[in-house]
Formats: sequence, C-alpha cells, structure tokens
Amino acid sequence: MPTVTYIEYNGTEHRIEVPVGKTVMQGAIDNNVPGIDADCGGECACATCHVYVDAAWLDKTGLPAPGSQEASMLSFAAVTQPDSRLSCQITVTPDLDGLVVRMPEGQH
Amino acid sequence: MNAPVHVDPQTDAYDTPLDQIDVSNPRLYQQDTYFPYFERLRREDPVHYRKDGMYGSFWSITKFKDIMHVETHPEIYSSDAKLGGITITDRPMQYRRSSFISMDPPRHDEQRKVVSPIVAPANLNNMSSIIRERTCKVLDGLPRNETFDWVEHVSIELTTLMLSTLFDFPIEDRRKLTFWSDCATADVNAGGIVNSEDKRLEILREALAAFTGLWHERAARPGGYDLISMLAHGEATRNLVNDPMEYLGNLTLLIVGGNDTTRNSMSGGLAALCQHPAEYQKLRDNPALIPSMVPEIIRWVSPIIHMRRTAKADAEIAGKRIREGDKVVMWYVSGNRDEDSIDRPNEFIIDRARPRHHLSFGFGVHRCVGNRLAELQLTILWEEVMKRFPRIELMDEPKRIYSNFIHGISEMKVRIPG
Ligand code: HEM
Ligand code: FES
Repeated sequence: MPTVTYIEYNGTEHRIEVPVGKTVMQGAIDNNVPGIDADCGGECACATCHVYVDAAWLDKTGLPAPGSQEASMLSFAAVTQPDSRLSCQITVTPDLDGLVVRMPEGQH
Repeated sequence: MNAPVHVDPQTDAYDTPLDQIDVSNPRLYQQDTYFPYFERLRREDPVHYRKDGMYGSFWSITKFKDIMHVETHPEIYSSDAKLGGITITDRPMQYRRSSFISMDPPRHDEQRKVVSPIVAPANLNNMSSIIRERTCKVLDGLPRNETFDWVEHVSIELTTLMLSTLFDFPIEDRRKLTFWSDCATADVNAGGIVNSEDKRLEILREALAAFTGLWHERAARPGGYDLISMLAHGEATRNLVNDPMEYLGNLTLLIVGGNDTTRNSMSGGLAALCQHPAEYQKLRDNPALIPSMVPEIIRWVSPIIHMRRTAKADAEIAGKRIREGDKVVMWYVSGNRDEDSIDRPNEFIIDRARPRHHLSFGFGVHRCVGNRLAELQLTILWEEVMKRFPRIELMDEPKRIYSNFIHGISEMKVRIPG
C-alpha cells in the first residue's frame, strides 16, 4: 500500500498507509491525522483540506487547472503558496508511494 | 397551511396537499413548527415546486446532497443580485444592494479575496485575546439569582463588541451597528420600524454616511487590519466608495454576516443545552468537548434558514426539470436534519464524530468567510461560561422572530443560580 507522509504545522510527522483509490484527505481523516478538517467531506467545496505538496512530488500530483473548481476554492484559503492543493482532489496511486505533504498554519 | 396556532403542525404538514405546502411562511420559523413540513418534503418530494406561494413561485431543495450540488454549481445557480440575489424575497430592482455574496465569479472572487485575510489563522490568533477579554468582562457583569435576557446582555453585547473590533468602529457607538443590522434584515411585514423598503433605505443611508467618513479617514492613512482599511486599500475595492450602493451592500453583508448569525448561535446554543440536560451534563463533566460542541450548536441552530439562487440555464436536480429563471431555495434548516447525510440528525449531540459536516455555513465559493471566527467567538464564550457558571436555567420559551431567512431569537429569559 502506498505510504503518505503528513507533516503538521508544528513539524510532527505521520507516516500513513493509504489504499490506492482513496484521496490524500481521506487518508488523513481515517487515521485521525490532525491539521486537515475536510468540512465538506471531499466535495471540493470548503477548502479546509489544504496542503502544500513537497517539491519532489509536484510533478506527479500536478497543480489545479486554472479556472477549475479546485483553483477557485483554493484562492479563498488562507496562506496559500504556489505548491498548494486541496488534498481531497489528490487520489492516491501506486505512483504516489512516498508522497510528502505539509499542513498550513490553519484551515479556514 | 396558514394554520392558526392551535393546529397541530404534525397533522397539518401531512394533511395539506403536497403542492400547497409553503415552507416560505415566516410564521413557521417564528413558532418553531417547520420540522414536520420539511420531514414530509424530504420523504415525498425532496425537490419541491411551490407555485404562487407567499414569496412567489420557487423550488425548495431539502436534501443535504442536493443543496451541496446547487452550492457547487454557481455557473448554473446564480447569486447575482440582478437576477434576484440570495434571499427568497424578490426586492424591487431599485432596492437591490449588491455585494460579493450576491455576485457570481469572477467578480465575486476578486472582492472576496480582499476581505478574507482578516479572518486568516494568524489574524484570528491576534483577535482571540481581545475576544476573551471582552467576553470575561461581559460575563463577570451578569446578575445572579435574577431573571435576565440572555439575548440582550450576552449575545447582542458580545457580537456587537466583535463587530466594532472588526471595523474598528467607535466602541461607544456600537449599538448602532446592531440597529443597522436588524434594519437590514427585517421583514417589512413583521410589524417593526422597517415597514417599507423606503424606510429601510433611509436608515441604511445613516450607516452609509458614518462609514463613508470612516472610509476617507482610513484611506488617508496606511492600511490597517480592520475591514474598512482593507477595502479602502484593496486592489479590487479601492474605488468602492464611489459606488455608494455597492459600498452599502458590502457593509451590510459584513455587518449582518458577523452579527445576527453569531448572536443567534449564542442564544440558540444555551437553549439547546437547557433543553438537552444529558448533553449539558456531558459538557460539565468534560469541558474539553467545547470545540466539537460549537459546530454542533451551529448545525442545530442553523442561523441562516435558507439561501436562494436563480437558474441561469435549464437544469435538472434529482430528476426534476429546473428552467432558466426559476428561483431555487436551499433550505439549510432541512438539509441539516437529513438522515441520509447526518447520523441521528434530530438529536443534539455535543461529541459527534464529524461535527463540521453541516450546511449552516454554506459550501462552495460563497462558503462563509467568517466561519472560523464565528467558531472562535463561540468557543471562547463557552470556555469562559463553564469556568464561571456550571448551570444556567432557562426561565421561559425563547421568543423567535418573524423571518424565513434569519433564524433569530429576540428574547430569552434565563437565571444563573447561586
Ligand atoms: C454562526 C455564524 C455564521 C453563520 C451561520 C454564517 C452563515 C453564512 C452563510 C450561510 C453564508 C452564505 C453561504 C452560501 O451562499 O453558500 C455566509 C456567507 C458569508 N459570511 Fe457568514 N455566517 C456566520 C458568521 C459570519 C461572520 C462572523 C462573518 C464576519 C466576518 C461572516 C461573513 C460572511 C461573508 C462576508 C459571507 C459572504 C461570502 C461569499 O459570498 O463569498 N459570517 N455566511
Ligand atoms: S474536503 Fe472540502 S474541499 Fe477538500
């Protein structure tokens, strides 16, 4: 099973096995990883599952398409960066084994 | 349907012919009798058309997932003030004030981005100490062993103090903000001082005059972290003052957004605890539940009853054909009690597994800007209440307002024993 490393804002790391087909958001929620709220439950409608994708993985996860719902929702999230994604929109594939994401200061 | 008080709502809800059910009747919310009507609609006709109701013809969206669908398709379901805006009431064109809540992307997005930093996590941290200080002061001044109105002494006082902080509004004039907020949302048929749209505009012009003065003062000095400074210096909004109706619209949005909703959550939360003694006891035994209780209170209260959209194209929801121009109303009060999306929705449970999975803040591009600020205020309130008063008693049924938009409590008599 692919492993995803979630790093909290305070630096705490969580290495979690996430089944292929689940989203990075679900991996965090199912395992009680703090720092991802996911109020809308993965509908790309709340922007409280915001993460920064580690530079080494950006090629594989990609960035939201301009004009997409994800880009629009992300533009309202606090403290976004060029490597920001909504983790409910990243589906885990064998390719993403080892993925590292960081959590922002807060979800809002 | 326009049932007198003695008619049992449970019976009336099932006896009324389906096409005659009109959930827009503000009495249902004033008398707290709306539940069975929505229960029936969710079961029998979840996307329901009411022709020629009290507020015209409209679709009622009653299920959580259908509301989510409408929220996430702004390209079809428009919030645009010119098409009808965000409430079921169709205001005459000349009274329509525009603000970003009643705009569609891309203009909406540009304006929203200007104000959202004020409630970013770092700013919230800065605000929390002042919120706590003010909350403590208000609570320490409450009478003991004496019946008083919680709405007046706590809910209004705290939210108004918060508003004056957000706008950096002169604190001694803060009750004006409450007054303007109430005027902005009053139903002209409710029998209050706002008995016509002209009267409303007259009062709101006073607000506009005061805020125009503040604007010029803030524009002349370097940007600060209050909302007026942010608007006056923001790329997308710095000429807003030249469009008074739009400036007024945005002000009203921020005043109302941060006022009634939080106020009514402060009142409704205490009512819910008093009416659910076992949950109240859970809280006393474990105040660490406050962070999960707060979103549950916000779900339970559903401070905004509905939001409205207007279809910009023909579309379909749950098999029903929606036509271009149709009025589509998302009833949050109903979606928040939908058993297909929320576990045991009719129970108030302060330690739910996923308490933020509710519709009270909306979803999608218009999702409430102030949602974490509202939670912060309520969290601080309950932390400080529990430190001081293990028990507060409800002395009478809360009095509710005549409105199908703001789910409001106007008076709530309580007593703090000891
Ligand atoms: C419990 C308290 C609150 C509730 C229940 C609430 C509810 C809502 C709802 C339902 C919406 C519209 C969502 C939609 O159309 O999909 C909204 C939008 C908004 N709220 Fe709140 N609100 C609360 C507190 C606040 C506070 C404290 C502020 C002040 C900062 C605020 C400012 C706004 C603004 C500016 C919008 C417009 C967002 C947009 O259109 O993009 N709200 N709120
Ligand atoms: S969970 Fe709501 S946007 Fe990702």
